[in-house]
Amino acid sequence: MDFEDTAEEAAFRSEVRAWIKANAPAHLEAELKRANFGSNGVVSEDPIAAGKAWQKKKAEAGWACLHWPKEYGGAARTPIERVIWGQEEGPYAALTGVFTIGHGMCGPTVMAWASEEHKRKLLPPLASGEHIWCQLFSEPASGSDLAGLRTRAVKADDGSGDWIVNGQKIWTSGAQHSDWGLLITRTNPDVPKHKGLTMFFLSMTSPGVEIRPIKQANGASGFNEVYFTDVRIPDAQRLGEVGQGWEVSLTTLMNERLSIGSGMSTGFPELFRFCMEAEIEGRPAVEDAAVRSRLAQIAVKQSGLKYTGMRAISALSKGETPGPENSIGKLVAGAAMQDLAIFALDLQGEAGVVWDDDSPQQGRFQAMLMRSPATRIEGGSDEILRNIIGERVLGLPGDIRVDKEVAFRDIPTSGRAKPK
Amino acid sequence: MNLDFSDDQKLLRDHVRRFLSEKCPPSAVRAILEGPESYDKEVYRGLAELGVLGVAIPEEYGGSGLTHLELCVVAEELGRVMAPVPVSSSIYLAAEFLLAAGSKAQKEAWLPKLANGEAIGTFAMSEGQGRTSPEKIHAKVEGGRLTGTKSPVADGDVADFVIVSARDGGGKLSLYLVNLKGEGVRRERLESIDPTRGQARLSFDRAPAELLGTKGDGWHIASQVLDRAAILMAFEQLGGADRALEMARDYALERMAFGRPIGSFQAIKHMLADMYVSATLARSNCYYGAWALVSGAAELPVAAATARVSATTAFQHCAKNNIQVHGGMGFTWAFDCHLFYRRSNALALSLGSLSTWESQLIERMSAGNAGAAA
Repeated sequence: MDFEDTAEEAAFRSEVRAWIKANAPAHLEAELKRANFGSNGVVSEDPIAAGKAWQKKKAEAGWACLHWPKEYGGAARTPIERVIWGQEEGPYAALTGVFTIGHGMCGPTVMAWASEEHKRKLLPPLASGEHIWCQLFSEPASGSDLAGLRTRAVKADDGSGDWIVNGQKIWTSGAQHSDWGLLITRTNPDVPKHKGLTMFFLSMTSPGVEIRPIKQANGASGFNEVYFTDVRIPDAQRLGEVGQGWEVSLTTLMNERLSIGSGMSTGFPELFRFCMEAEIEGRPAVEDAAVRSRLAQIAVKQSGLKYTGMRAISALSKGETPGPENSIGKLVAGAAMQDLAIFALDLQGEAGVVWDDDSPQQGRFQAMLMRSPATRIEGGSDEILRNIIGERVLGLPGDIRVDKEVAFRDIPTSGRAKPK
Repeated sequence: MNLDFSDDQKLLRDHVRRFLSEKCPPSAVRAILEGPESYDKEVYRGLAELGVLGVAIPEEYGGSGLTHLELCVVAEELGRVMAPVPVSSSIYLAAEFLLAAGSKAQKEAWLPKLANGEAIGTFAMSEGQGRTSPEKIHAKVEGGRLTGTKSPVADGDVADFVIVSARDGGGKLSLYLVNLKGEGVRRERLESIDPTRGQARLSFDRAPAELLGTKGDGWHIASQVLDRAAILMAFEQLGGADRALEMARDYALERMAFGRPIGSFQAIKHMLADMYVSATLARSNCYYGAWALVSGAAELPVAAATARVSATTAFQHCAKNNIQVHGGMGFTWAFDCHLFYRRSNALALSLGSLSTWESQLIERMSAGNAGAAA
């Protein structure tokens, strides 16, 4: 039981620390520490350009995509070295948030399924920050039930072998900044839903692709809708076999849950600071018994997540594969953040309704209140995560599926009653 | 970084688990629940022979001189099987009090006997209803003799000696060691929500009492020892939480309703997933506590309260939902669910209630250890 680095880890850490100190954009540090919910916090210059610049600098020095092989623009470092890098990068990691989906999900999928030629063409510019990727999976009628997606890809009738895509994707983070997209489509509606899917990648500037920002419930626009109208994709840009799209998508989704769940904050440090400052009947809120009880329960969740992460790192440090513990991260953090926001507003009394720059911590808790519902849904809803824990960790049987052996076109949907 | 037990410690765990699965099956716990004995003497003797009682007691006092990490490993195993033995009273508390504050003579007199199971010790602080606080302690020692009543005292009916918090002549809180086989001691066994662990009321009428530690330092010593004991107790609770979760999971796989295993229903599956989340958070917090326990970290008080709050919450959560998953069968005397339910709620109160520890956690964090859980 210790938190010490091995000698090799310590040497690596000091090398990384020195490089970051010498190279990170220190003038942005204060802004980055205010990063919140989908933005990297940079306001004094173009946040995307700042992120690309930092990624490029890292790539040139051999610090980009530490876990990727060198031939694809990575650094072929061990998992524990990647963790140490992340710890040392600290607030600067927020700068490159726009690459999270590309590096964490699209890249690994391309690496697992694309031809060697495509890997060598697509991955290095993704690693170096030249290209941004997005993930075109969810649709208005298929979120948790991803395999129910309806965006159609059909073979062009001109003999070119190309595919023609029509349909709509939604909740696409960063689509407006993206150069490339990972797209899952339905190529065969006559077989059960999981068997008729096919995965492609495409340029986001392809004719017929239209990106529209979604105005969210909290008033912000971090997500997009992406419409496809007769978009032509060469067959060479297919990942996996025709009909193998579901299997390909699992590569992406497993990476999604790993990367989103790690290192999530519940917002406890901010709440604790607020309770040290706020007063109840002339005394610090933190001295109130009811407040203490609520705070303690959130504190042990925050600390439990922190040390769960450290247990996973310990496994990596020993060259072992971490257990399934990390699957709890987003499930715990999302719900805790929402409860915490409601509690913080409660402590503000009637003034909690006001959301402006004079609100405690510049309205951070009001912002959390309005953003946290999304945290409980994006990247696998609370309910999907509980299914995953129940089935893959605890070994419980899957639910009985009424749609499993039925041709996709015969499955009842909200807009289409069950055929007689 | 290595937030995990060593291979040797894992071997010890396997060893203790094998012993307990053979000698301490649910039927042994039930025998204490339903029978006249206060604890399982054979299991206790076996643990002593294995050397696990004295695992963290120095060799010069008859122990094996390993670390408290080994004791954490043992505690988790005892918790898994809900072993009906006085280890928490005798080892996490009495032995720790002696190690923290005992004189050489006191250590020599008692530690070897605690390590080999010949004697049982316990600790007595509470004097009745309500949260324990210094103002509520009225027991007093005058002229080396203790008068007052302590209740409830875990294992007070079977212990050979007790460490008591009481007021000295000047009214300050000090600790005293009292031989329970001596004069002026009356013990009554108390009925409790968990009869697999004995509880007693101890009444003292001018019982001979010897000072333990510095005079007037009683509350301070007790707080330190209770923090250490809380981490060990958290491991017991963690073991119980895991076992209750496993029992519920196994039943959900086997029990059929509406033509399918009930574990395939999301109502049950999600309940079990939430139990897994609680138990996982508790395990990680317990490891943090274990690290603080052996490293002498300044944040030990925060780590102890963190482990304790998390493990109490997890065990109560898993034990109550284990009954829920079992449905009506879970509320029968014949099923073991109520053993976990009883134990989880009894352990939640021993060493101070959940709300007490929640309050202490936040008090300690605001006093300057704030970085720890952040």
